[in-house]
Amino acid sequence: MLRVCLKGANSAARKCLCGNGVPLHPLQQCRSYTSGGSGSSAGKIVAASVFTVGGGVGGTILYANWDPKFRANVEKSIPYSDQVFGLALGPAAPPPVINKPRKVEPVQISSMSEVWKDSKQPKAKEVEKKAEQPDAEGPPAPAPQETLEEASAQVAQILSAIGEVPSVPAPGTHEAEAVPPPAALKGVPAAAAKCTECEHEPAVKERPEGEVAARLAEQDKAEQDLLTSLSSNLEDALGSTAKVTLQAIGAQEAALQAIAQHTHQLREAMEAEAPPDKKSTQWRVLEDALSERSRSVDEAGAAVLRAKAELDKLRGVIDGAKHLKIAAARPSILAAEENLHSMVVDLDSVVTRVQTAQSEAKIVSQYSELVNEAKAQFQKELNSITPEIQANWKGLRKLTQDDLNSLIAHAHRRIDQLNRELAEQRVREQIHIDSALEQQKLEDKKALEVAISTALEHNREQMRLEQEKKVEETREVMEAEMRTQLRRQAAAHTDHLRDVLKVQEQELRSEAEEILNSSLMEKETEYRRLTQDQLDSFTLDMNAAYARLKGMEEAIDSHVIAEEEARKAHQLWLSVEALNYTLKTAALNDPTEPLEGAVQAIKESCAEDEFAQALATALPSESLSRGVYSEASLRARFYAIRQLARRVALIDETRNSLYQYFLSYLQAMLLFEKAQEAPPAKLSAEDLDTFKLLSYAAYSLEHGDLELAAKLVNQLKGESRRVAQDWLKEARLTLETKQVVSLLSAYANAVGLGTTMAP
Amino acid sequence: MSEKELGKKLDRCLADSAVKLGAGLGLGIVFSVVFFKRHTWPVAFGLGMGLGMAYTNCQNDLRAPYLILRNIKEQ
Repeated sequence: MLRVCLKGANSAARKCLCGNGVPLHPLQQCRSYTSGGSGSSAGKIVAASVFTVGGGVGGTILYANWDPKFRANVEKSIPYSDQVFGLALGPAAPPPVINKPRKVEPVQISSMSEVWKDSKQPKAKEVEKKAEQPDAEGPPAPAPQETLEEASAQVAQILSAIGEVPSVPAPGTHEAEAVPPPAALKGVPAAAAKCTECEHEPAVKERPEGEVAARLAEQDKAEQDLLTSLSSNLEDALGSTAKVTLQAIGAQEAALQAIAQHTHQLREAMEAEAPPDKKSTQWRVLEDALSERSRSVDEAGAAVLRAKAELDKLRGVIDGAKHLKIAAARPSILAAEENLHSMVVDLDSVVTRVQTAQSEAKIVSQYSELVNEAKAQFQKELNSITPEIQANWKGLRKLTQDDLNSLIAHAHRRIDQLNRELAEQRVREQIHIDSALEQQKLEDKKALEVAISTALEHNREQMRLEQEKKVEETREVMEAEMRTQLRRQAAAHTDHLRDVLKVQEQELRSEAEEILNSSLMEKETEYRRLTQDQLDSFTLDMNAAYARLKGMEEAIDSHVIAEEEARKAHQLWLSVEALNYTLKTAALNDPTEPLEGAVQAIKESCAEDEFAQALATALPSESLSRGVYSEASLRARFYAIRQLARRVALIDETRNSLYQYFLSYLQAMLLFEKAQEAPPAKLSAEDLDTFKLLSYAAYSLEHGDLELAAKLVNQLKGESRRVAQDWLKEARLTLETKQVVSLLSAYANAVGLGTTMAP
Repeated sequence: MSEKELGKKLDRCLADSAVKLGAGLGLGIVFSVVFFKRHTWPVAFGLGMGLGMAYTNCQNDLRAPYLILRNIKEQ
């Protein structure tokens, strides 16, 4: 533009210079100078603009690289910028998955559902808007969807569109690592996830309200299904676990019982000195007890294993249920956890009891073993000493004294040995005790540690459960409170929405009314215009038709009139012709028929024609009453007149004696003039001679010019005049009549012509 | 007919002159016979008087249109 201005200035300057008559060279100089100047400044401008634009673009790209939100905004606002950004920066990084506490979402869902009941449409928009956001950031970044947790989170987040939930990218249906929950549980979140996926795929399409509601209902239903399935699963698991645990506990108890029995019996067997047969029964019973114990222990162990498996399963189920993060399941989950915990605790306690019993039993068994061993040893020794002695103690009564002595000696020896051993043992006791103590300490420590750990774990579990319970309670409370708050908020929101809706409704209504009014007005004006146009056209047509009708009528009237006129003209003409004809009826010396009839006829025929009337009335009365002489008769008469006028040529006022008469007669006899002489155009003084005049008149008469003859005759003076007076009068009459008649005929002809020409 | 007027006048003149002459003659004769002893002079006189009268009449008759008559009322 600057160049254009400069060029304009150039051309103006050139013109100026040309006007001043400066030679071309300075112009060329000027041109080069200005073009150079413009080139450098234009180059500067171009460079500056390029730098600015490049700086702007680079700054935008850099900032977009740093701030993904800005990038998203720019991509949203400027088309094809996402491609530029993709080229420059690579695909947009996924937004950080902020794990909001799960508390938020269930509450939000409930509040959402409440609010949804009140107003649906803005929600749809907002849902759509919120779905847009994930959509905008979703496609470039398919985030890894690790667990069901995310899917359920996604489900919850789609539902909780109002809340400040950060947009989680579009989920993939990646459930590889999920603890095997029931298939339904798997399927529904997958379906939900798929739903969300296919929601996000068509980029920015507003879902209809019904669809969203359907989706929500679907999700609610899914949730419900989940919940029910979860609860049922939990219950089943709980039930089975409880059963198994009870079984295990029962087995453990049985084992305990068996062990206790066994130990008791063992102890009894050890301590009680029953007769041998009873002993054997006792031993058998002991063996039975032992077998029983082992069996029960095994059973218990198996049951414990099963129970543990079940507990693990239950824990897994609970974990799975926990992972689903559904609020309604929480108490049941908690209960299940509590049950689990209690079962675990019971099981553990029972197991510990069994273990203690087992250890006791072990001790007792060891003791019994030792005793048995000692007994066996003793027996062996006894047998070695007194082989014939039976193994049964009861048989000792039959022993001889030797045997008894040997036995006593053996016993003493044994006692000595035992004393020695005891002394040794006492000596080692301390060490053993120390070591045992230490071992025991270690074991105790271990056991303590184990116990502590288990207790701790139990406690921890307990605490955790309690905490969870408390948490649950507080959560419930909080949830209730939050619900109330949210309800309040929702109520406020609904009120606000209602108000806004009302306002909007008002606005929209007013707008719509306005639009309606305007369109109505438009339509009305259109209609009016159309009707007006129609009316106008109709009126025009009518007018045209009327005009045409009028025209036709007028034409007809004019035709009629014209015909009338024509008729009248014809009549006039006919009457005029009649008049003419009557004029022609003049005999040689007689006048014509009186013209009255014809004139009357004319008068009748042209009653409205003023001209004709005037003309008709202009006819001299003598012509009407007496008729007029024809020209021929007048011509003929003229000669007599001429003769006479010649004879009385000298007579006038001054000369009118008889003598003069005689003289004039003489003159007439002696004077010879031309019979006919052409009258000149102008009469001079000498032409006013009678004889000349008469010859002129004769000439004119001969040539049919009565008027001129009359005029000439009118110039006669004196007696000649008097003599010619009548003739003149007649000539005048005839001339008048002829004039009038010719006028009339001309008029009639004209009228007739006019009338015939008119159509 | 104005052209016939002269003729008529002249006819009258002639007639009148004839009459006058005759009368004059007659009277002349009469007078001559009666009074003037058959002189001829009364006949001539009479004839002359007749002729003169006739002439005058004729002249007057012929002049008549040229006379400017005074309207008695306009006096």
